Amino acid sequence: MVAPADISPTSDSQKLARARQIDARRKRNTRLYLLLPGLVIIGLFGLMPLSITLVYSFLKPGSYGGVEWVFSLDAYVQFFVERDIFDDTLSPNWAYISIFSRSIGLSFGATLGALILGFPTAYYIASKPAHQRNFWLFLITLPFWTNLLIRTYAMLIIIRDQGVINLALMNAGIIDKPISILYTDTAVFIGLIYSYLPFMVLPLYASLEKLDLRLIEAAYDLYASRFKVLTKIILPLAKPGIVAGCILVFIPGLGAYITPELLGGGKKLMIGNLIAIQFGSSRNWPFGSAAALILMAVVMLALLLYVRHGAKGARHG
Amino acid sequence: MKTKIISTGLALGLAMSGSVALAEGTLNIYNWGNYTSPELITKFEEAFDIKVTIDGYDSNETMLAKVKQGNTGYDIVVPGDYMISIMIEQGLLEKIDPNTMENFGNVDPKWVDVYWDPGRSYSVPWQWGTTSFVVDSEVYKGDINTLALIFDAPPELKGRINMLNDMNDVINAGLRYLGYDRCNSNREELKALTELLIRAKADWRTMDYSTIEKLTSGDVDLSQNWNGASMRARAQRPSLVYAYPKEGFTGWMDNVAVLKGAPNLENAKLFVNFIMDPENAALISNFASYANGITGSAPFMKPELGSAPEIVMPADAPAPDFVPPCNQEVVDFYNKIWTKLKQ
Repeated sequence: MVAPADISPTSDSQKLARARQIDARRKRNTRLYLLLPGLVIIGLFGLMPLSITLVYSFLKPGSYGGVEWVFSLDAYVQFFVERDIFDDTLSPNWAYISIFSRSIGLSFGATLGALILGFPTAYYIASKPAHQRNFWLFLITLPFWTNLLIRTYAMLIIIRDQGVINLALMNAGIIDKPISILYTDTAVFIGLIYSYLPFMVLPLYASLEKLDLRLIEAAYDLYASRFKVLTKIILPLAKPGIVAGCILVFIPGLGAYITPELLGGGKKLMIGNLIAIQFGSSRNWPFGSAAALILMAVVMLALLLYVRHGAKGARHG
Repeated sequence: MKTKIISTGLALGLAMSGSVALAEGTLNIYNWGNYTSPELITKFEEAFDIKVTIDGYDSNETMLAKVKQGNTGYDIVVPGDYMISIMIEQGLLEKIDPNTMENFGNVDPKWVDVYWDPGRSYSVPWQWGTTSFVVDSEVYKGDINTLALIFDAPPELKGRINMLNDMNDVINAGLRYLGYDRCNSNREELKALTELLIRAKADWRTMDYSTIEKLTSGDVDLSQNWNGASMRARAQRPSLVYAYPKEGFTGWMDNVAVLKGAPNLENAKLFVNFIMDPENAALISNFASYANGITGSAPFMKPELGSAPEIVMPADAPAPDFVPPCNQEVVDFYNKIWTKLKQ
């Protein structure tokens, strides 16, 4: 390009500049139109329901479901403070706190479990010759061909008292009474790991695949122990994958509905189930909306902390 | 471009709602899932040359939420007893006066003056049943007709119990065991109830709606259950016995009603009259295994329905207790108890 200071502006160069401008605008417009379908879908089906949820959370519940258009903070107050139904004293609402902490604990445990199981798997696939990797990745994604509900029912059949595992152990004479796994927190924990393991393996694989094996060789040449190689070379390089995988497992695990419902036996609520009943028998849509938003806030806070911590780590590393 | 998209969308929406509203010879039924006899529908379609579509829901509340949004295109709904009274109060049902229809004389008189629709100006019986519990008589040999089996479980049933995952069914059973009133807002009594439920819950294995599957798979030996479901479970586990506890149990009736603004009002009325015919009512029962409330339908029913202990109540059983909808204060109390129970 010629700098405008070099020559005096002619009508030709002005025309050229204008043509370029128009061209640039057209390109911008084309991009905008290409974006539009995505924006419309996110706007219509993402932001609009979210706004409705937000508005509903500040209203009063209608007497048979629905909302009354009266501003109220009751939904949020109810979440944190409880007026004792028997003596009217105020106290922190332990019921919801314990439901939230159970959900967070189970989801965190499942994330850790998926990481421990998923890391060697991803490492194994990444260390295979390139032409074999696709086959292994195909195996990892295979369960997704089946609906989550069906996979969870399959799990139920496998771990129940009269299920495959217990019958096999009893026939082999290892145990004489079935081990009760189903309808406990352990069952929910196993179910969550099983459901979300591929979400852990795939991002881990994506970062481990790019791992330069020569670095590991170099580390060994410099007399690094196996443990040092893992902690100083492999884990730092795999960190983006670990972070992405943990996020992808933790968040859906936190809001899980089917898994605790089917495998947990319904005796204890998780957040997803607590929210769901507000729109049914509990007839309290504002509280359901508020609980959903509080869950979102917790997730976003966790993400922000994670991202900030991750960024800091990268800077110092 | 944007306006074009919006106007196309609007036109499409109008065209669709128009086709629903103007279509002739159709009827749209919104009923509980797996509850409508296909034979009944075929017979109706052939008799009147009307095309029927069926959609399903899993709870009264789901149905209510959808209907309240409006413009569903549905003509017929089948709400439970208390939900009929809510929907009448909310002005969601069309007053079709079934009591003036040709077949109304077949309705068993005991189902005419019901609390949810006195004199039957809005709805007619679809099916009715009871909610009690079913227990394996080989596991527990004692007297089963008491709620103590649930709230004070004998050793052989501890940890082998499923309760319905339903706030009202669980709380009402507890209230009956303690001898307290339903729709209760007495704080002392509710406190006792909460303590009872939390204590009893330690002996329950699950709280789940899928009762048949829980029983037939051997996961539990006792389950709170509906009578028709108990009969179906007994077919696969013959030692199951349906209990009629002396403390009482819930009765319920699902009723056919027509939505206000139904696009096919006349067809809907034809259907309402159609199902009060004893032969047609029997088709309903044969499919879902519940009684139907139409006199004279028994001869057309499957013989096993006529003798099933889940359907034919023993003479000494207490009368089924039909629980009206509770007011908001009580619902709020129940919600708190329920959350405490499941925290």
